Amino acid sequence: MGRYWSVLRLFWSTAIAAELEYRLNFAIAALSSLGSLVGSLFGLFLFYRTGYRFQGWTWAEALVVLGVFTLLQGYAATFLAPNLNKIVTQVQEGTLDFVLLKPISSQFWLSARTLSPWGLPDLLFGVIMIVYAGNQLGLHPLVYFRALPPLAFGFLSLYSLWFILGATSIWFVKIYNVTEVLRGLLEAGRFPMAAYPAAYRVFFTFVIPVAFLTTIPAEALLGQGHWGWGVAAAGLSLVLLQGSRLFWRFALRFYTSASS
Amino acid sequence: MTVPAVGSRRLRRRSLLGLLKLIRVMLSVYYAYMVEYRAELLFWVLSGTFPLIFMGIWSQAAAGGQFALDSVTFVRYFLAVFLVRQFTVVWVVWEFEREVVEGKLSPYLLQPIDPVWRHFFSHVAERFARLPFILMLVGLFLWLYPEAAWVPSLGQGLMGLGAIALAFCLRFLMQYTFALLAFWTERASAVEQFWYLIYTFLSGMIAPLEVFPEAVQRVVLWTPFPYLIYFPAHLLIGQPTDVGQGLLAMVGWGLIFLAVNRWLWRRGLRQYSGMGA
Repeated sequence: MGRYWSVLRLFWSTAIAAELEYRLNFAIAALSSLGSLVGSLFGLFLFYRTGYRFQGWTWAEALVVLGVFTLLQGYAATFLAPNLNKIVTQVQEGTLDFVLLKPISSQFWLSARTLSPWGLPDLLFGVIMIVYAGNQLGLHPLVYFRALPPLAFGFLSLYSLWFILGATSIWFVKIYNVTEVLRGLLEAGRFPMAAYPAAYRVFFTFVIPVAFLTTIPAEALLGQGHWGWGVAAAGLSLVLLQGSRLFWRFALRFYTSASS
Repeated sequence: MTVPAVGSRRLRRRSLLGLLKLIRVMLSVYYAYMVEYRAELLFWVLSGTFPLIFMGIWSQAAAGGQFALDSVTFVRYFLAVFLVRQFTVVWVVWEFEREVVEGKLSPYLLQPIDPVWRHFFSHVAERFARLPFILMLVGLFLWLYPEAAWVPSLGQGLMGLGAIALAFCLRFLMQYTFALLAFWTERASAVEQFWYLIYTFLSGMIAPLEVFPEAVQRVVLWTPFPYLIYFPAHLLIGQPTDVGQGLLAMVGWGLIFLAVNRWLWRRGLRQYSGMGA
């Protein structure tokens, strides 16, 4: 375990050192995050400006969901996209061989090899939005800790789903756009599930578990959710994580390296 | 740089028949190429679910609140948005950027045809390859939600199609203009990404312009964005639309971008040295 920590430290410090070479990129990313934030707020405002409200969600409460969504986007851009979208290149070029030869878990290597600070502005804006909305609602500072476990489970679930999709590149090399499908569906997490018609709610809870990624952590923060959902979130993330490990082992059996 | 000048002169000397043949060849070549990656294409179609998500949330909102449109109109609108999006997807900036960075543009410059036409026809051909998937999805949707079915009149349909074609051309032209920045910077796609962000929120993809605040609506109508999605979608579902104003805006913005585009192209070729040359 200790070895993994020191390897992780090395991975990330080199990644940050490499990315700091491109400071302009960071400025662009920050600008994009800001633009996307303004757009998201505008999108939400369109619903609330006429006095309509999502079933049981005030403006500030809906802001919490949007904040969690922004946080999730930042997390995906920082940790998931730079690693998991590269699996396909490794398979295509056969460099996966070198990863498999290393004396650490190949899933760990593929999932944690690098990180991109481009998602940091989103993480920051997400936190700001949540704290702002929390202040409006008069939340006690300690309450925020209540949202951490479901949030962590959400992060874990998203990672597992993304990794499983990335792992399918062992069979289908042109997989870049499968993760785009997932990303497209994640957009549904911008709004609380209560805003959707029943059929959508079923789909986004049981088929693509978007509800567990944003609405349930937000409900935990607001102290609204039923505790059963928290348990379900934990169960889901563990099942998905274990599923991703099993799936990766299964997929590797079909890996024949490039040009062989 | 004389290469494109020679190319266009020779092209002009060709008969119209030759031109038609060129178009046919290009379309069939790129169609064959696109059909090769059919599975990939299906995923690209599916990744455009953004309007369908907003369809759910807006139709739900319209059922419970006071909005400019009713629930069924929202559903139709977003279905039309989905269609328009599918037919106006453009990715030329990523391809062009790669060609410039890797020096692959050089051989194309030697051919007696402006390289833009390759990109253009590959995009057009891809629409045809995509068509079966789109029809399947729309069919599935109408089967699930028959109340929303509508048949545009012949006039509406033709106008909608024309507007979609124009919107595609405008979007292609804009993105190709940004792509030309690749001659100077390695991150031309970053410009496009930022532009895309504004496009997402102002084009009518997240909501029809009717529900925007009055002041925002007026400003947005001066930008090119609503004509890329809102305008064709509106025509398709047969909502009252100011056609003349929309066409004028599209042509106007098209001319502006065309001028910038040609200027950048001439300057860019002078700048371009070809990787490894």
